[in-house]
Amino acid sequence: MEGREDLLVVDRLKTQFFTYGGVVEALDEVSFEIRRGEIFGLVGESGCGKSVTTASILGLVAKPGRVLSGRILLDGDDLLQKSQKEMNSIRGCRISIIFQDPTSSLNPLFRIGYQVAEPYIYHQGMPKKKALREATRILATTGLADAEQKSRSYPHELSGGMRQRAMIAMALTCQPDLLIADEPTTNLDVTIARQIRDLVHELQRQFGTSVLWITHNMAVVAQLCDRVGVMYAGNIVEKTDVRTLFRDPRHPYTVRLLHAIPSAATSGAELEEIPGSVPRLIGPPTGCRFHPRCDHAMPVCSQAKPAEVEVRPAHFVACHLFRRREEDA
Amino acid sequence: MTADLFECRALTKHFPVKSVFREIARVHAVEEINLSIPEGETVGLVGESGCGKTTLARMLLMLIRPTSGTILYRGTDLTRLGGRELRKFRRETAIVFQDPYSSLDPRMLIADIVGEPLAIHKVAYGDDRDDIVLELLERVGLKTEHMYRYPHEFSGGQRQRLAIARALAADPRFILLDEATSALDVSVQAKILNMLNALKAEFGLTYLFISHDLSVIRHLSNRVGVMYVGEMVEYGTSEQVFSHPTHPYTRGLLHAAPSLNPDDRDRRSEVALEGEVPSAVNPPPGCRFHPRCPSRRAGCDSAVPELVDIGDGHLVACCAEGRTHGGS
Repeated sequence: MEGREDLLVVDRLKTQFFTYGGVVEALDEVSFEIRRGEIFGLVGESGCGKSVTTASILGLVAKPGRVLSGRILLDGDDLLQKSQKEMNSIRGCRISIIFQDPTSSLNPLFRIGYQVAEPYIYHQGMPKKKALREATRILATTGLADAEQKSRSYPHELSGGMRQRAMIAMALTCQPDLLIADEPTTNLDVTIARQIRDLVHELQRQFGTSVLWITHNMAVVAQLCDRVGVMYAGNIVEKTDVRTLFRDPRHPYTVRLLHAIPSAATSGAELEEIPGSVPRLIGPPTGCRFHPRCDHAMPVCSQAKPAEVEVRPAHFVACHLFRRREEDA
Repeated sequence: MTADLFECRALTKHFPVKSVFREIARVHAVEEINLSIPEGETVGLVGESGCGKTTLARMLLMLIRPTSGTILYRGTDLTRLGGRELRKFRRETAIVFQDPYSSLDPRMLIADIVGEPLAIHKVAYGDDRDDIVLELLERVGLKTEHMYRYPHEFSGGQRQRLAIARALAADPRFILLDEATSALDVSVQAKILNMLNALKAEFGLTYLFISHDLSVIRHLSNRVGVMYVGEMVEYGTSEQVFSHPTHPYTRGLLHAAPSLNPDDRDRRSEVALEGEVPSAVNPPPGCRFHPRCPSRRAGCDSAVPELVDIGDGHLVACCAEGRTHGGS
């Protein structure tokens, strides 16, 4: 995995929403990079800023939200400097997305085949007939049985799993550099979710697409991703490769979160809890946003935002505990 | 050996699919299920959407009348009871639903929501009711000042606590938890699961826990039933079902659930399930699982497998696996 070049670099991204209730500090200087051909997982609980991150990358932050500062480099090109028109040619072409709910992201009035063919028609200027043929072909690669006939169906005629396959086909039409998957398996049944995960993995290997996989499910991360960023209240608190994260998590939040998940080992026993609850992002805690819930909180934690520390090669943790040790040494 | 709180025999529910005047098809939602729920235990039901988990559970509470079969609750057949006796039975049961946003009336005060079962069952009124509500709120980790607020002022986890407080109000013996933690974040879920376990011990409750999340079921349940398209395919203790899954569907389901260990990721196996869940309107003949079954044999498409005890009360309904295990 080492030595691969970065496809997407998100650098100190800061997005806020200016609501009547106050300023929601949704992303507080989030930085990460996705390398070519890897699956990067962004994991965290609801409201931690996972989806705002996607919206910021795609230039889809709606009012009253605004990206205040930071850079989003796709192959060295800053997406935040692009005009709406330029972004239109990037979305669906170089970066595409699959959403959680395929039912509401497919148009109920158009046939599946046409919806999958749309990117060919708009981005590549392909004639409609040829585009429809191509659409059927790509539907077949996503494992949709009887793609020929299904491409003439309307979304309501397909099951949830089949709709999600159609969404994936649509996202892959232009062979994007980056595929963003925003909780694509959360609404699906266990066995269907597994099929979809295997499919994305397979296609990613086949086409060499980079994937940004957004989820709240740690187990999905463990099974699918190459590298992971753990988000908490608008910050990435820990970032490393997947095996290291599960073998030796360092940030107190990651450690507590992994212990809170029920598993074979916990059956019958009490689960470990994280005291308190996720803070509101209007006037979030000062310093480290996790400090009110942290066992290891020190005076400095409420005063200064912890910087990312490389605790071992390519393992970054944003926590004051590690800074101190480094300075002692 | 504890006594069974619920025991159902050959419980079946078919829903008619109606055209304008006549029935044109039937949804075979639950087919001939035998299930016993021992008092003081947690029984987990797993299965994919549409497999009949919720229909089965609602029949137990007589919210849906079964098409055929009997349900014994502490020895009495519920299907023969009339309105007044059913009401008495309902006081001993409660439900916590999946979505705490739609299961709490947005126009009612918390005191009225949590106190409603007390009024319905004529347990307490006025100040007495408020005292009980206060006690319940404290027991589920909420505060006194929450009593005169509305549901929208609470987070998802707090709402689920309210739903649990309401379920406990009339002092039930049995609580149906229908995907009660599925809408919650991991850290909130951990707190609710711990609380449910503590309440069960404190009040001597019996739970029927429905979930599609296998790790939650494993964590909480003493016994587990696996359902597929209206039929119970495997039933046993948590240990039996999760450590020695025998039905090919159970194995496929366990295989499909992601594990927390990244080293498991390359575990390719012969048990992976292909295809999708068939419709319950027109279920496959014979064993309903046979079109997707990796170990299907000749005869699976005609013979209907029955639940067979393969040892120590571990029940499996499979022609292929059941027989081999029964013989050994």
